[in-house]
Amino acid sequence: MSWIGRLFFRKRMEAELDKELRFHFEAQVADKVRSGIPEREARRHARLEFGGIEQIKEDCRESRGTLWVESLLRDLRFSVRRLLRTPGFTIISVAVMALCIGAATSLFTIARSVLLRPLPFRDPGHLVMVYEHRRGAAADPDSTYTWVAAADYYDWRSRTHGFEDMAMLTYGGFNLAGERGELPEQVQAIAASWNWFRLVGVQPALGRTFTESEDHRGSTVVMLTWSLFQRRFGGDAKIVGRQIHLNGTPLTVVGVLPSWFTYPNAGIQLWVPYQAFSTPELLAHHDWHQSQVIARLRPDVSLASALEPVRAAQYQLHLRYPNDPVSDDVIPRSLNEDLAGNVKKPLDLMLCAVGCMLLIGCLNVSNLLVARGMARQKEVAIRSALGAQRATLIREQLTESVLICAAGGLAGIFLSMLATRSLAHAWKGLPTAQGIYIDGDVIAFACAVVFTAALMAGLLPAVSATRKRMINALQISARTGGGSVSRTVLRKWLLTAEIGITVVLLVAAGLLLKSFLRLRSADVGCVTQNTLTLNYGLPGKKYDTPEKVNAFNETLLERVRALPGVRAVALGNTVPGAGYWGDCVFTVKEHPPLMPGENMPDALIRWADPGYFTALGIPLVSGRFFTSNDRVAGSYKVIVSRQLAHQYLPGENPIGRTLHVPAHFQPAMPSEVDYEIVGVVGDTLYQVGKGPKPTMYFPMLEGDQNGEMLAVRTASDPLQTSIPVQKQIASLDPELPVSNVLTMDQMIGKSLVDANLTASLVLAFAILSLLLAAVGLYGVLSYLTAQRTTELGIRMALGAQRGWVLRLMLADGLRPALFGLGLGLVGSVAATRIFQSMLFGSKPLDLTVLSAVIATLLAVAILACLAPAWRASRLDPMQALRTE
Amino acid sequence: MKEADDKFDLPQGTLDLLIMRVVALGPIHGYAIAQRIQQMSREALQVQQGSLYPALHRLEYKKLLTAAWRSSETGREAKYYELTAKGRVHLKAETENWKRLTNVVGLILKGTLEGMS
Repeated sequence: MSWIGRLFFRKRMEAELDKELRFHFEAQVADKVRSGIPEREARRHARLEFGGIEQIKEDCRESRGTLWVESLLRDLRFSVRRLLRTPGFTIISVAVMALCIGAATSLFTIARSVLLRPLPFRDPGHLVMVYEHRRGAAADPDSTYTWVAAADYYDWRSRTHGFEDMAMLTYGGFNLAGERGELPEQVQAIAASWNWFRLVGVQPALGRTFTESEDHRGSTVVMLTWSLFQRRFGGDAKIVGRQIHLNGTPLTVVGVLPSWFTYPNAGIQLWVPYQAFSTPELLAHHDWHQSQVIARLRPDVSLASALEPVRAAQYQLHLRYPNDPVSDDVIPRSLNEDLAGNVKKPLDLMLCAVGCMLLIGCLNVSNLLVARGMARQKEVAIRSALGAQRATLIREQLTESVLICAAGGLAGIFLSMLATRSLAHAWKGLPTAQGIYIDGDVIAFACAVVFTAALMAGLLPAVSATRKRMINALQISARTGGGSVSRTVLRKWLLTAEIGITVVLLVAAGLLLKSFLRLRSADVGCVTQNTLTLNYGLPGKKYDTPEKVNAFNETLLERVRALPGVRAVALGNTVPGAGYWGDCVFTVKEHPPLMPGENMPDALIRWADPGYFTALGIPLVSGRFFTSNDRVAGSYKVIVSRQLAHQYLPGENPIGRTLHVPAHFQPAMPSEVDYEIVGVVGDTLYQVGKGPKPTMYFPMLEGDQNGEMLAVRTASDPLQTSIPVQKQIASLDPELPVSNVLTMDQMIGKSLVDANLTASLVLAFAILSLLLAAVGLYGVLSYLTAQRTTELGIRMALGAQRGWVLRLMLADGLRPALFGLGLGLVGSVAATRIFQSMLFGSKPLDLTVLSAVIATLLAVAILACLAPAWRASRLDPMQALRTE
Repeated sequence: MKEADDKFDLPQGTLDLLIMRVVALGPIHGYAIAQRIQQMSREALQVQQGSLYPALHRLEYKKLLTAAWRSSETGREAKYYELTAKGRVHLKAETENWKRLTNVVGLILKGTLEGMS
């Protein structure tokens, strides 16, 4: 019979074993009778010789090799029965574990997908991003990783040979025309060097990728992503080889990317060759940092030695262009880290928070188990007196916590399956290239969490419950009531730890919440109420001269101003709070030349029409706004922000000074331009949560072709004017798509979604932990009250007042709470330093937050203690003395 | 019954060998195995039930023995053990081993020690 068979046919095997041994015994007796011993005597002899039949049976059972499974099953059955006898306890602890393990699993799923799982490329371990880097740059990621100038990339690729290959891409946007009567739309696109797909090893689902001969200016090939292919072209494979129109230019679709391919994010709709929409000037500039470079390592070359020639090449470039902001170094970055970017920190923080919650959950279950252990003290003592080994008793107790955690873990994984998708969906900043899903590794992680939790929750109570010398335990009669002091102390310690961790979580949540509220009410430096914003981009093919661009823009502004309910209209390339957009270096012509090694002044760049500042309510500090005359070629004017004036023209009158700007970002402009400062305006924030930066505003009427953003201030609900405004645009050019139609408050709110999510989640974890701590506190004090019933009865019979009893019990319960509070406050000072950079406008030692946390915790602790303390003070002394 | 100092402990694993040797003579039940070992050893070995049955069961689980219920000489049903093909091979190999071992040990212990006679 096989091992499994032996396990399942236990009954039959037992019967056969018994029969076999009985036969042996009877045969022995028969032999003795035959040799002349009377039967009774013979049986006695035989029994003596035979020894303990049960012992033999046990040895035989052991030889089956299934005994451990059987005792495990017995333990399980026993534990299940015991858990079912106290359904309240069981449900609470399973629910606690389910929530904790579910939350931990969900966050781990996201963390693993985003930070750990390699991208679905060929041999992703050998892929690395390469950025430019300025030596001595600030340590934050924004300053460390400078995007690569196309000209630098071409030099790296042609002159260094440490990498197998390098490829680059840059972001862009196009107007996609309706081919069969659909509305035109703006689409996000990637322009990638022809070898990009070959390098990462992505095969198209249909057609082919780009060839080297197609990567040139004016190239007419395009690849679609799967989502655009399905959405706009109905998944019709015949689209390959046909033409679509981008910015009015016909392009031939050569391939469709597979459905899993969502790099670098799911918003990208199509890919074009890198040089197709670039200009020779941009490709030749070493300071136009617009691209991301990916490189594949040779199998036999280390990253450091592959990078060395690239660093040397970049340093030479830096020396060759001393007056341009050409970086002097390069720096590698892993693909995962590159995509995770801003998500890593909040994710780490949330993992910590959920870890704390898990710990509290374990402590809570542990606490409840200690209480149960006390109730079973006598049973354990009697069993160990009968010879049960301590290991057996501990194993039995552990089985109980394993069962609780396993049930909780199962429910938790189920919960997490439901929650992970919506969490990932709500978290806007998450990269989507890897796909977020629960896989085998996540399940393995959840199992590991379950068993660690089971050990943590079960081991302490199990060890403490079996530690008692059995004689002591047996001696404790219910009447003395003071025998389990040590266990009560243990429970109080567990509670203190629980409350301490809760306080840390509460403080973290409070700080995040406060910083989110600050962010939401932050002043971006201009009017945001009742303002509608929308984007459009005039395609360069149709609007090929500044005159045509201005004609469109000015006509549109005129028509929109005439709409009912419109107060004012601003036209620029962007508005405050809408993002970084772009920056540019400059020099002040009247100042002496820069010292070698001195960093060039750098400012954000914006374009503004004459009505821009008035309409947005950005105050004029000195000088004047633009007028409709600031369009004459050859007389270049600029308006600067107050901060630029303070930082780079300190103590001077900025009006009339000249800023020398390398203006190659403007296709129609000469590459070096001197701008005269005509005005100084108030500072604005480019993004809520970031500090103000020096800003330069150029006249929109120069004929800017960087895309337009229209801001319309209205008398009432701005969304009501959105349709009339779009109709005006369509009447001027029916092929022109409009995008991002939002109120300014919505637009700013969008950038805060993730801060809100982080704060809310951490707050949710903190509140849950607070609830758990309260339950723990209530449990401990209820138990203490029950234990001291007799004692309290005697005290009251001897004249103790009810008020005094109430105070006594309250103080007993609140002591661990206060102690935990103190520990937690100390802990949170250390903990909050870790995520200081995520806080906006609140210091780690924020008095409002700290006092709110202290008040909340004390209130909850008092509430949790009040019920049992009240019950104690209402005891009827006679009843209490009779309880035994 | 023999006196206690006439009996000796069997070296580890020897009991299995003895059992297989006895079973090799033909189908036999547990009680008879014990009797047979006692007889064949001229009463020097007395196998305790406490070690006989666990050993029998272990050999059965290792598929060196098979067992079947048959009626015994007294008419009662008894569990009869029989050597399997695998058991036969095993017994042969183990017997060889044992002989070699006793030879070698015997070689070394052959001489008389000074002070012993």
